[in-house]
Amino acid sequence: MAVRVQTAPFDPGTELNALHAAQLGIGAVVGFVGYVRDYNDGQEVAGMFLEHYPGMTEKALAKIVAEAEARWPLLRVEVLHRVGALTPGEPIVFVGTASAHRQAAFEACDFIMDYLKTRAPFWKREDTRAGTRWVEGRDSDQQAAARWDQ
Amino acid sequence: MIRLQYFARYREELGRDGEQLDWQDSFATLGALRDHLLARGGAWQVLAERNLMCARNQELCGLDEPLEDGDEVAFFPTVTGG
Repeated sequence: MAVRVQTAPFDPGTELNALHAAQLGIGAVVGFVGYVRDYNDGQEVAGMFLEHYPGMTEKALAKIVAEAEARWPLLRVEVLHRVGALTPGEPIVFVGTASAHRQAAFEACDFIMDYLKTRAPFWKREDTRAGTRWVEGRDSDQQAAARWDQ
Repeated sequence: MIRLQYFARYREELGRDGEQLDWQDSFATLGALRDHLLARGGAWQVLAERNLMCARNQELCGLDEPLEDGDEVAFFPTVTGG
């Protein structure tokens, strides 16, 4: 299990391939990549700044991964999240899950993203023509995360 | 001593990223500590938001969470990572 929070850009393809490396028992790898969009909530977005809570962020992500590992038979998990300044088109987040069979990898990846969106201390501030604005949390994210409690 | 931290929009609206408060027995819960801050009036009303989130010693918790001298407490708006 690996959790990384970094300002440096990353290559999602490299991360995905690394998940499978040197473990022949892995039959399925699922990867999710979140990107910065150039448009949100009716406004063009020129750039974004991601603030976080150093110390808690890593702990919160590790806890989410541990919960996924308790629910599904995972062979590898990686969560990588960028912080600091980002521009449209750049990857923000990578979640990769590896297991013997696909169902566990698909479900665990979905679960980790839902929990990350609602429990990991990151905040997005967008740069638009009208100035900077903090992105508001969405009810749909809360509902998506609640599915896993049922 | 309680070490307080504020993040994102709250940090901006409060004009500070944190502070230290001398321990008082009235800080029995995180909610009681919030009431103490709300009593400052003005910009501090932001901590009354419905979507407020909080953490004690870097773990998410509710406002009914008990507090102890030496704790680290953080208040922040709904998280928006990913």
